[in-house]
Parts: sequence; C-alpha cells; structure tokens
Amino acid sequence: MNALAHTAGQGSALVSDDFAVPDIRCAGCISKLENGLVRNSGIANARVNFTAKRVTLEHDPALSLPDMVGAFLELGFEAHPLEQENGDATREDSKQLMRAMAVAGFAMMNIMLLSVSVWSGAGGVTRDMFHWLSALIALPTVAYAGQPFFRSAWRALRMRRTNMDVPISIGVLLATGMSLYETATSGPHAYFDSAVMLLFFLLVGRYLDSMMRDRARSGVTALLKNMGTGAMVIGEDGRERWVDTTALEPGMVMTVAAGERFAADGEIIEGTTRIDKSLLTGESESEAATCATQVHAGTLNMEAPVRVRISAAGEDTTLADLARLMGEAAQGKSRYVRIADRAARFYAPAVHSLALIAFAGWILAGIGVHQSLLIAVAVLIITCPCALGLAVPAAQIVSAGALMRAGVLVKDGSAIERLSEVDSVAFDKTGTLTLGRPEPQNLDQLSRDEKSIALALASVSRHPLSQSLSAALRRMDILPADISNATETVGQGVTAMWRGKTVSLGRPAGDIASDKLVTALAISSEERIVSFTDDLRPEAERTTAMLAKMGLDGIILSGDRPQAVSRVAGKLGITALVNLLPQEKLDFLKKQQALGRHILMVGDGLNDGPALAAAHASMAPATASDAGKNAADLVWMGDSLMPVVHAVRAARRTQQIVRQNFALAICYNIVAVPLALLGMVTPLIAAIAMSGSSLIVVANALRLRSATA
Amino acid sequence: MNGLVILIPIALGLGLAGLAAFFWSLKNGQFDDPDGAALRILIDDEEDAQCD
Repeated sequence: MNALAHTAGQGSALVSDDFAVPDIRCAGCISKLENGLVRNSGIANARVNFTAKRVTLEHDPALSLPDMVGAFLELGFEAHPLEQENGDATREDSKQLMRAMAVAGFAMMNIMLLSVSVWSGAGGVTRDMFHWLSALIALPTVAYAGQPFFRSAWRALRMRRTNMDVPISIGVLLATGMSLYETATSGPHAYFDSAVMLLFFLLVGRYLDSMMRDRARSGVTALLKNMGTGAMVIGEDGRERWVDTTALEPGMVMTVAAGERFAADGEIIEGTTRIDKSLLTGESESEAATCATQVHAGTLNMEAPVRVRISAAGEDTTLADLARLMGEAAQGKSRYVRIADRAARFYAPAVHSLALIAFAGWILAGIGVHQSLLIAVAVLIITCPCALGLAVPAAQIVSAGALMRAGVLVKDGSAIERLSEVDSVAFDKTGTLTLGRPEPQNLDQLSRDEKSIALALASVSRHPLSQSLSAALRRMDILPADISNATETVGQGVTAMWRGKTVSLGRPAGDIASDKLVTALAISSEERIVSFTDDLRPEAERTTAMLAKMGLDGIILSGDRPQAVSRVAGKLGITALVNLLPQEKLDFLKKQQALGRHILMVGDGLNDGPALAAAHASMAPATASDAGKNAADLVWMGDSLMPVVHAVRAARRTQQIVRQNFALAICYNIVAVPLALLGMVTPLIAAIAMSGSSLIVVANALRLRSATA
Repeated sequence: MNGLVILIPIALGLGLAGLAAFFWSLKNGQFDDPDGAALRILIDDEEDAQCD
C-alpha cells in the first residue's frame, strides 16, 4: 500500500530477503511489521507470511543484514535472516499432491452426482449413459491422480516387496477395469465412484503428511542462521577480504571481531581476548586467550578482535569431526519403522489373501469368473485403508499444528511417534537448562538514572555483555539517557559524556575478579559493578518436576566443570555426569539404549550434536547451534523450558489418538469385510462405508487441537 | 432426456471451471499463507490512509 510510494521513489533495483520471525502471533503483529518496516528508508516492501512465520523484505541492495535485523528489533521482533530457498523439491511434491487431490475431489463429486441418479433408480439407456459419463471422468482421473500410488507400488514390486500402495493400486485399477467392462456390457453396477473416492481420501492423507514435513522444514530452516560461514582473511597485499569457510586454507591469517565465531581452527598470533567455548564443549565460563592460544572453529570470540593463523579448515576442524560423528550416530535412527508402515506390513498381505480367498471361494461356489471378480474387487475396495491411510497423518498434523502454535516445531511425523515412547530425559546444561547467555544479576542495585546511562552506553557496543545488558534493561522499560561523544575502545569499553560528566561502561578498573563475567559502570569516578551469570531457564524447576511426575527420569550430561554443574543439578534435584566429551555423551546414550531405554535428548551445542542424532528423540531450543537444530527432531522457541513437557504430553496424546483411529479402522473392517465377502457390497454401501470411516477418523484427530491442555 | 443433454454438460462445465479456478489460485500463491489470510481481515487500513 504505502510501500508502493517508496518503491516509486527509488531508482535502483530492489533485492528481496527472507527473515524468520518466530514471534508473529496475531493480526496486530502483521500490520505492525508491514507498516513499521517500510518506514525505514531502504525497505520498500514488507510482506508477512503468517503460516510460515516469515517476512519477505524488498529492499535497497545497500542495506546490510544487521541493519535489517535491527529494524525488526526496533519494532520488538527478533528476526533471523534466511538462506534463499533452494530445496524446493519437497514443496513441489506437496503441490503435486494437492493438484492430484483437487482433480480426484472434482471427479469424485461429479461421478457421485451421476451415481446418485443411478442408485435412485435410473435404468436402461440413462443408466448406461451415466456410466459412460462416469467412465469419461474417472479414467483420466485415475491416470492422473493415481500416479503417486502407482509409482510407489511399482518401486516396491520391483524390489520384490509389498507396501500399502500395492493393494491400493491393484484395487483402484481392478475396480476401474471391471467397471469399464460392466459399462460396456450394460451391467447394473459400476464402481467408478468408489475407485475415485478411494484415491481422494488417500491423497488427503498423503497431502497432510507432506504438508507437515514442509511446514516443519521451513520452520527449522527458518531458524538456521546463515552467519559465521566465512572469515575476513588478510591477503598478501595486507588488505582484508571475505573468504567463505569452504575456501579457507591452513596458513591463512584471519581477523575475527568481537562477537564473531571462529570459522576455522588455528592459533592466535595477535590480540588478547576471552573465548566462549560453550557451544563446542558445554563449558559455561569463557576462557582467556592470547598469543599462541589454540582456538577452535565454532567458538565465540567475546572481547576483542584477534588475528588467527589457520591450522585446519573445513574437513579437518574439530567441528567437522563432530559433524562426522553426528552423521554416524544418525544412521541408527533411520532404521526406525513408523507405525503406519508397521501396520502395512501385515495389513497388505492380509488384504491380498482375503481378496484371493473371496475370488477362489466364489468360483468354487460356482457363480462364474465375472461375478467372483466383482466380489474380489469389492473386498479390495472395502478393505483398502482409507481410514488407515488417514489415521496417522491426520492425528500427527493436527498435533504438530497445535505444537507449532505453542512454539514447538516438529520435523516429521516419526518424531512424534518416537517422542511418545521416551522413558527418560537427558539434558545438556549450558544453553539448555540454562539460557546459555550471560544475564545481568544485580540490576536492582542501580538507580533509574544509572540504568538509563548503562542502557545508552550498552546500546553503542556489540560486545555480548553489552547486548545482554541492553536487552535486559529494555525489558525493564528503561529509556536510554542522552549521552554524547560515545566512543568504544576495543577490549576496554564504551566512554561518553553525560551532563558534563564522563561516563563509561567496561572492564572494571581493578579487574577485581577476572574469572567472573562483570562489567563496570563508571559515572565520574564512582564505579558500579554489574555481574553476569548464565541463569537457569524460566520454569526449569517446574519442567523437571513435571517430567519426573510423568515417569521420565532426568539426567544431566554436561561437558562443563563439576562446580558449575552441581549448582544446577542441586537446584533441579537430578543427577549429573560432568566433563563429558561429545563422544562420551554419545556412548552414554548408546549404552542406555542398548539396555532398551528410550531416551529424549535435550541439548543445544555442537557437542550435543552426536547425542541428539543418536537419541530416540531429541529437542533443541531455537537458540541452539545450527548443528544442534539440524540434529534435533523438535525445536522450541522462547526462553522457557516448559515446551519439553508440552511436547512429550502432546506426543503421548497423539499416539493415543492414532491407536484409537487404528481401532476404529479395524472395527469398521470387522463389519464391512464379511459383507464384502458375501458379495453384498454395492457401490452405494462402499461409498458410505469409506467416507463414513474416514470422517470419523479425522474428527477424532481434531480432538488434538490444543497442545497444552 | 433432452434436459439432460443440456444440464449435464453445464454441471460438468461448472465443476471444471471450479477446478481451473483452484489451479489458478494455487499457482497465484493464494494458498501460501492460509493462517495469515484469516487474520488480515482484522487489520484496519485506517493507519495507511493517515500515512499517505
């Protein structure tokens, strides 16, 4: 709307970028973002996609990513830049399914229109004509909309196996063929409506399944930050240039600014700083680093810019080792067989033999090949798992949707199944039980003026402590004081003038406790110390207590030192293993799982990656490392730890509904199969039975709509 | 019977038109943000008018 005016005013070509904004929750957010963002010069158009929780910005190419993220922050939203989407294959897949579903739906309704007239008594020439018309609609529909099933069935048959799609394909093709024969010979019954209806209901199930995977995938990719994928390298001519991680080589010298992650392993050759290794090792306290200190890819440079000579890059880094370990760990999980497939394993042969028995039985009874074949087809159609095909995806998508509204992203349906089976929970400490970021502790000791000065000073700096301080103060509704001449001295802090006095925020003068994370706010010569600790997540105690009540044993697997872990373990009252290497976390999980336990791993760091990949089910917070989010089955947003409880509970309820749905489908078969075997199923009965059972199953699944209840 | 000759093609034609409209809207991105579309009707356009 008013964005158009901006566009017209700018001559240069606009580029568009996608941002994931997890906090879009209401109509107000949409208008706030769309109207607010375009007030920024440089942003021409903003379009919110509420379903995917993302915003597409059309902007001036000159506008940098941090500026745009800043624009979101000003409006009170956290935004993560997104990679431009490249993996559109699966999305195309669900669009294809949707098209097939639309065609089948259209055909089903029109054939039904004709069938109803036949059922209500049209006879003779009219009936034949209606059958021919039905054939005219049904044949192209089966050819088009049946493809997903035919293809999958053919693949299974070629591998000399059978799956759910084999009876479906045979049933649909036989029913269509038989009906065509019936039509040509002016027979009384044509099953075109049943065949197409079967396709339609099954396509709905398939589509729901694929839509769920799409949503989760876009949600999770939304959270993967595309930062830290390169480094500023100093070339031979002394100039700095940006080199992508894949092109980094040993021997190169890179400069890493404060607040950036190291892109490769190496040795510091210039500068002194502190390094936060928490993502790599789980250690909560930062370590001092100076010349000759070894640094690892993936760790965070906290304080001052340093120059690093690269000793290993790409495939040789500690980080890549972890990635390999993760790949191996994940292989075990891919063997998990989903409940629908387990059901199909004995269901498909049962259906085949039942139809065959019906055919053979009636031939022996002497009613002729044609009539026997009709009955066999009726058995195939009736037993074909309309309700069974919907039972699992319908429940899972409703549940995943409810979880999504509660801020939990589910990667795929099997994650819900596995999560419902867990019997113990293993937590990482740093970043999982705790927030993983330093939080200012004693802000209430500052006066209002001091707070607003601190906020003004902290906003100038990109230092992690400053950012945490300014975020905390903004949450307290503090307004920044009016300061002037703010300058940041790297490694020291920010200095400025306020009402004629020198004010500064930075390293304490005496450096009182160099082991602790502290910052000093100085006004003239008066110094106030603000200390930071990595606090427990909100509701962490309640979460672990509730998990225990649900029968899940908790344990902490931490790479941190005993002192740091015992404080947390004591507060939560759960046992802890400390000083664990990534391999040891993995070994612990494997050992427990070999004993038959199903463990839910909750972790965030790179060091948790292998464990997350190997665990029966896994969850990671949205603040986790990219590797952690990739490996986890579920990702939750927000600071609270409560989503872990919600997710487990929702998964259990989903599985309960799935089981009920299976029971319903079986009940339906118990009633319908004997009728079909006796040759009493007319197209009308088949249509009522199929749509009735499908609707019941879907209605049952809809009971899962609230995630937290 | 004569009525059917007219009515059935009309019925099928209407159905096909609906199908075509659905394909068009799918291609046009109308189904990209179903939840958002439900909420957008709640947004006032008043603010926009003032800005211009």
